[in-house]
Amino acid sequence: MNRPTVGRSRRSIGEGGSRLSVGGGRRLDNHPAYWAFVLHRLSGVVLALFLPAHFYVLALAIEGEGRLDAFLSWTDDPWVKLSEAALMVLLAVHMTGGLRLLAVEFLPWRDWQETLIACALGAALVAGAAFLAIAV
Amino acid sequence: MSEATMRELEVAVWRGGDSGGFVTYRVPERADQTVLDVVTFIQRRIDPTLAYRYSCRVGMCGSCAMTVNGRPRWTCRTHVATVAKGGRLSLAPLANMPVIRDLVADMTEFFDKWRRAKGRFVPAKESPKGFARVPPADPKRRAADAGIECINCGICYAACDVVRWNPDYLGPAALNRAWTLYNDVRDGDRLGHLLAVAGDAGCHACHSHQNCMEFCPKGLNPTASIAGLKRAVAGAYLKGEL
Repeated sequence: MNRPTVGRSRRSIGEGGSRLSVGGGRRLDNHPAYWAFVLHRLSGVVLALFLPAHFYVLALAIEGEGRLDAFLSWTDDPWVKLSEAALMVLLAVHMTGGLRLLAVEFLPWRDWQETLIACALGAALVAGAAFLAIAV
Repeated sequence: MSEATMRELEVAVWRGGDSGGFVTYRVPERADQTVLDVVTFIQRRIDPTLAYRYSCRVGMCGSCAMTVNGRPRWTCRTHVATVAKGGRLSLAPLANMPVIRDLVADMTEFFDKWRRAKGRFVPAKESPKGFARVPPADPKRRAADAGIECINCGICYAACDVVRWNPDYLGPAALNRAWTLYNDVRDGDRLGHLLAVAGDAGCHACHSHQNCMEFCPKGLNPTASIAGLKRAVAGAYLKGEL
């Protein structure tokens, strides 16, 4: 009954629990603080990619009123507004996530980390909703 | 119960070194069986060449930690019933460490980092007059108490993303130890403990993912200890002490 069988050769194989496997032994940790980190990192990367576009649009103002106005009229499109709201959420997620980390690192430890994470995310979503309410 | 009617677990066990592979064994399922019981059964009844570590079997010594179904766990206090979904287990050595053989990870670097983090008590230069009195309610004593029960099992180190990204990072256990010593009012070189962890791969490298806290089998919170070190290092730097 106990004859062993040789299996696949990866040290981390994914099966449930709160640890997920993403190929090649790379693991993701499935708990709120980890997802808060993922959100913070992704929002940071997207914002870094957005910044050059932002500066380009600002530079249009130097080249002439017409080009800037043409671009700004494009942003009146509802889909663009929605994208802007998403960008706003990302910005707010990055800011509130950063404030959360500063609180973790420079204030005495609190055991309600999940509440802190939820508050940071909630504030970011409210900021996005407020932007949408004002912009539309 | 006869052998024929006994339920069996399907257990995939890592065999070999870093470039080894999983070998599947079938082990009888028992009531109140721990993961360590399963490993011991395989080694004693099926394949005596299986290498693994254990000592106390009661969650005190920290030697039996392994990767169980993708998570680092202490196997002596982990019941099969709580982790073996569908009667399947996968057992591998702890991550973030080289593999010596089978389920035995090489913990040399882990313990070297304790030394690099200056994780030992430094006696004061002058002999204390009588016993040092440290009131239990003292904030420093309470901070040290919160981290002092570490059993060096290496689970937090295996769970840490920063250790995986930066092999020089001292890791949660060594930093937690440094924090307990920094808060030990009898220690003769408390600033020395801070200096040892203030560098690039020290406390400031922590991203506060809190995996260490999530996985510590003793319920300790190394993330909080590391955050404490960050504050202490920043404070000492601003005061010109570092």
